Amino acid sequence: MKVMRGYLMDVFVYGLINSVVLILMAAGFSIVYGISRLPNFAHGALYVLTGFVTWIFLRKLGLNYPAAIVLALAITALIGAAIYQFFLVRIRGMEASEIIGSFAVGLAIMESLRWRGFIGHGFAIPVFIDGSIGIGGVIVDFQRIIIVGAGLAITVSLWVFTHYTKIGLSLRGIAQDERAAMMLGIDSDWTAVISLALGSALAGLGAVMILPMGNINVEAGYNVLIFAVAVCILGGLGSWTGTLIASFLLGYAQTLTVAYIAFHYQMVVAMAAILLTLILKPSGLLGRQKELEERV
Amino acid sequence: MTAGKRKERLDRGIKVRTEGIYTLSSWREMIYLVAPRLVLILGLLIIPLLLPSSYYQKLICIMCIYALLAISFDFLTNFVGLVCLGGALFMGVGGYIAGGLNSAFGLSPILTIPIATLGGAIICTVLLLPCLPIRGVYFAIVTLVYPLLLLKIIEATRILGGTDGLPGLTTFPNIWIDQYLIIGITILSIFGLRRLVNEDIGLLFRSIKDNDQAVKASGIGITRYKALAVFIASGIGCLAGAYLCHLYAWVGISFFALDFSILPIAAAVLGGMGTIAGPFLGAAILVPLSEILRALGGLRIVFYALILILIIGIRPEGLFNYFQRKYHQFEHWIEV
Repeated sequence: MKVMRGYLMDVFVYGLINSVVLILMAAGFSIVYGISRLPNFAHGALYVLTGFVTWIFLRKLGLNYPAAIVLALAITALIGAAIYQFFLVRIRGMEASEIIGSFAVGLAIMESLRWRGFIGHGFAIPVFIDGSIGIGGVIVDFQRIIIVGAGLAITVSLWVFTHYTKIGLSLRGIAQDERAAMMLGIDSDWTAVISLALGSALAGLGAVMILPMGNINVEAGYNVLIFAVAVCILGGLGSWTGTLIASFLLGYAQTLTVAYIAFHYQMVVAMAAILLTLILKPSGLLGRQKELEERV
Repeated sequence: MTAGKRKERLDRGIKVRTEGIYTLSSWREMIYLVAPRLVLILGLLIIPLLLPSSYYQKLICIMCIYALLAISFDFLTNFVGLVCLGGALFMGVGGYIAGGLNSAFGLSPILTIPIATLGGAIICTVLLLPCLPIRGVYFAIVTLVYPLLLLKIIEATRILGGTDGLPGLTTFPNIWIDQYLIIGITILSIFGLRRLVNEDIGLLFRSIKDNDQAVKASGIGITRYKALAVFIASGIGCLAGAYLCHLYAWVGISFFALDFSILPIAAAVLGGMGTIAGPFLGAAILVPLSEILRALGGLRIVFYALILILIIGIRPEGLFNYFQRKYHQFEHWIEV
């Protein structure tokens, strides 16, 4: 974070970038939970995994950059689909098992990466375009501008996908009313496979966008999971618009904290957001889970 | 070979006869009832005497600590419906309270352990209170975040010794007190909790897990009872943490480590969920096993995670439920 103390424009620009970073981190988790009601605790692990797979393709196998990214995303999507098809499908609907199971999958991925020696500072993937540009007196490098553009593009294309394609419409159908959608011939297991593949690919896409700004680090998996969950809870679990709004709230809150207090407190902000949401409005900003409000 | 057949299970006659405690009429029936419990109690009491070196005796203490965490996880998950991914939170809070009191004021373990147990339980309950009124994944997420968060805060602000922790705490006088203290606590916790979940309040806990709306409709506040359950479970966890800091004579940020969250979950799932005694069995298998696998280092967590995935996906029953079934029932194949 290159935010200098007191510069309002800095806070504005970097807050925007941080918000889009949060959108990229949270999109996958939000999609999976919104469509199949599965809390994907392996989300952070898939994020880190994509980073390392890209690194392996790029550095060990010597592929060119776009090919490495596309292959890594495809592999992550396949892994996500496999996690559902071979494991989560057996325990779907059992809340405790879903949580423990997906958490265990995430741990297995992250800790085996750590064991294979993917720790330390030696792992980084390059930025897409080198250089930087001044926006209103603030120096921003191209990677961060690409992130904002990509975040925008992903948001728009997800909206188009879920509103104008057959698969996207069936995903929304399952999300809105599972039983009615199943009566109309939409296979709930199939949409869950797609949602997990899509969610994993989105986590991976976030990773290849965000990771060039620093080192690839296994610990990041936990942070990404926590930030994604904080955004989703604040926005209302399963609400896509809520996720967008919450990303901006949390993004600016974090940037202000980093600018005026200290870098370490990003996670405190995320946790405070979770707890405050649970105390004040458990269904989140735009969550439509009426039963949650009735429970309190 | 098994096509066209299914397994029929029938309760043994002796189980049916001994179910009501007032019908006990013979030694055989009494032994049938008492034997499994006696094996556990006597086994735990005798084991320290048989072990060859202090290394193994320490191992027993560690095993009991993990067993306590696993028991509290099992109680919260399967009797109250709160999936707790952060046993390390209880460990850390208990450990730091006991260690801090001992290091700053020189209080003896006789005082620090009870204070850490009660105080830690109160602190954990207050910390977790916001996510108690609602169902769902919130409790799991919040318990997952707290240990990481507290670890970060201690690292960043360097309070309570920072990354070095608080060394030089008072230890117990000798290895026998070490062992029998924690063994006594473990036995009490197992039988106490098993008794508790069969009392009226246990019924209430289980109904909160199954259908909290119905409980509310009966005019019972679920938040109060969930808070009580979290208080009990976190008390057990904090007790384990407070004990561990006096066993090691040190408390540090590794009390918030992932090991204390994931191994108890693996132990509970392996041992059999929803039995309280099963998690102890799981810990008794996994802790020595992980000692053998110490050479694997970081791969151990992968190993626990794989055990979890395999058991949850393929045989969610767990060992204790399996043995319990064999003990209580006949099984044979019949034609369908």
